Amino acid sequence: MARLSYREAGRLAIAEAMRADPTVWCLGEDLGRGGVFGQYAGLEAEFGPDRICSTPISESAIMGAAVGAAMAGTRPIVEMRFADFALCAVDELVNQAAKARYMFGGQSKVPLTVREPMGMWRSSAAQHSQSLEAWYTHIPGLVVIAPATPEDNYALLKAAIRNDDPVVFMEHKNLWDMEGDVADDATAEIGKARIACAGGDCTIVSWSAQVHVAMQAAAELADDGIDAEVIDLRSLWPWDEAAVAASVAKTGRLIVTHEAVGVGGFGGEVVATIAERHFASLRRPPLRLAAPRIPISYAPELENQVRVTARQIVAAVRRLN
Amino acid sequence: MLRIRAFETAAIRAADEKLVLGAIHPSVGQEAVAAGVCAPLRRDDLLLSTHRGHGHTLAKGADAAAMMRELFGRDGGNCGGKGGSMHIADFSVGMLGANGVVGANINIAAGAAHGVKLRGGDQVVVCIFGDGAMNRGPFLEGLNWAASFKLPVLFVCEDNGWAATTSTRAVTGGPGPAARAEALGIATAAVDGNDVLAVEEAAQALVESLRSGGGPRLLHARTYRLLGHTSVDKAAYRPAGQAEARWADDPIRRATDLLLGAGVAQNVLDADAAAATAEMTAAFEDAKAAPWPPVSAAYDDVQDIGAVAAPAGL
Repeated sequence: MARLSYREAGRLAIAEAMRADPTVWCLGEDLGRGGVFGQYAGLEAEFGPDRICSTPISESAIMGAAVGAAMAGTRPIVEMRFADFALCAVDELVNQAAKARYMFGGQSKVPLTVREPMGMWRSSAAQHSQSLEAWYTHIPGLVVIAPATPEDNYALLKAAIRNDDPVVFMEHKNLWDMEGDVADDATAEIGKARIACAGGDCTIVSWSAQVHVAMQAAAELADDGIDAEVIDLRSLWPWDEAAVAASVAKTGRLIVTHEAVGVGGFGGEVVATIAERHFASLRRPPLRLAAPRIPISYAPELENQVRVTARQIVAAVRRLN
Repeated sequence: MLRIRAFETAAIRAADEKLVLGAIHPSVGQEAVAAGVCAPLRRDDLLLSTHRGHGHTLAKGADAAAMMRELFGRDGGNCGGKGGSMHIADFSVGMLGANGVVGANINIAAGAAHGVKLRGGDQVVVCIFGDGAMNRGPFLEGLNWAASFKLPVLFVCEDNGWAATTSTRAVTGGPGPAARAEALGIATAAVDGNDVLAVEEAAQALVESLRSGGGPRLLHARTYRLLGHTSVDKAAYRPAGQAEARWADDPIRRATDLLLGAGVAQNVLDADAAAATAEMTAAFEDAKAAPWPPVSAAYDDVQDIGAVAAPAGL
């Protein structure tokens, strides 16, 4: 057991994976100097510049090269710096990495892990703050992971690197400094949710940093005698329908909250699935609490318009109960 | 070259007869680039190709019958009928895929070479793309990448003069792909892409320099697409008489003249051509008779984690 930050937990996962498998390597901008958030600090000293590869600012080439290197027998960890910048490499991820195995009839897998730091951290405006996880869940071939805790960042990143599929691994920038206990050799199964807080009155589903907002809401509700169950999905594809369904069977109420824009967001998929397949469990109409369909601003008060607060979640749960 | 020509001829007939359903992009007139570039390659060298990739794939050693089945979308195709013409690949001979996106193979090739280098291998990677690709971003990013990391990639610009249905010259600034590559510090060579011996000689020298750690090279091979962009494109946008005049420069005719001049008998050449036609006609008939892939294959090879199950009964 160690007390690690979310950042350190990710770095430990990479170091252990690289020690265990000489074909694992990292490529991205400024990695030799530790990466833009320090999430690679010290790794070049241990593994050298060939395996901690500092690249030109060429997102398309970073992702495309990783696809080729994966097909040539290595396991690249791709650093995109910001999820927003990964949009420069969408062809390489969506048309190439996600489809190569299928298009070529299974002749090759593309085992790469793409780290895409996501989400709002104060005053970074519209091109450095987005949560685009739902886009990738739409693409057959991709696995999509969004961890909320240091231990999950460690365990799920290790699982992602071991996995033979292309994985979009979205770490939340506002969590880098968050500390938590990380068990030695902690493991997590991709596709299994975590019950962050058990309760029988209302199910609140979330992922990534928004889980912590939901936990604040649950604490406030507990003071009022309402026991919310907070489910951290951890991965969005695959996502743990069974865990959500079991919770809703118990509570009869479902709220999904996420930092991304609500329209076309993954909350819609969760709500629709529960409504289609588990309708009888619902005693109230399900709700989504997500960002309005506006870009993210620089000025704090404007930026706050896209945040879903604990207070809003508390109010919604009270309405349902 | 004769096998490529015969393959394309059979494929075009199959498209005309609605046996090949999706678009195909014939390489008729460009056979010398495929044959010449692939001649010096080992089986374990790697190749990335384009939407116009039948010739490259055959020249790298892929089985013609399996390729024809792939074009027909049948069971037993290289990709199980799931890729078709534009996604044909044969990893067993180092052919890592055609690509439906112009220029997308450039970054992948650079990465394949990066992987080879990290693993300490001595294979070279060949990336063939058309002249249209030099105006896409990956041309800059991928060539710069290969130059920065001194990777063993031979970039081949197979310049047929046409970017789909637009004259490349009309939409391209500067003198062309070699100048752009040289600006990135990549040594280049130019060759008459319809002269198969010249292409082979140039490719041989470049591959040897790659094998000895010389970093990437670019070969600019000028050729001509004798037919349309796709098999159904009559290419009426070309200046009158241009294609007709270029048939005089048909690389197969030129190679034939060379061989006749060297004393090879006409009947020997005729027999070679007949053998190629017979092979591809047999591939055509085999593909036509082959079964469709099992429908359940639509659900296979998507991903290990999170794959959706095939509906019950498939």
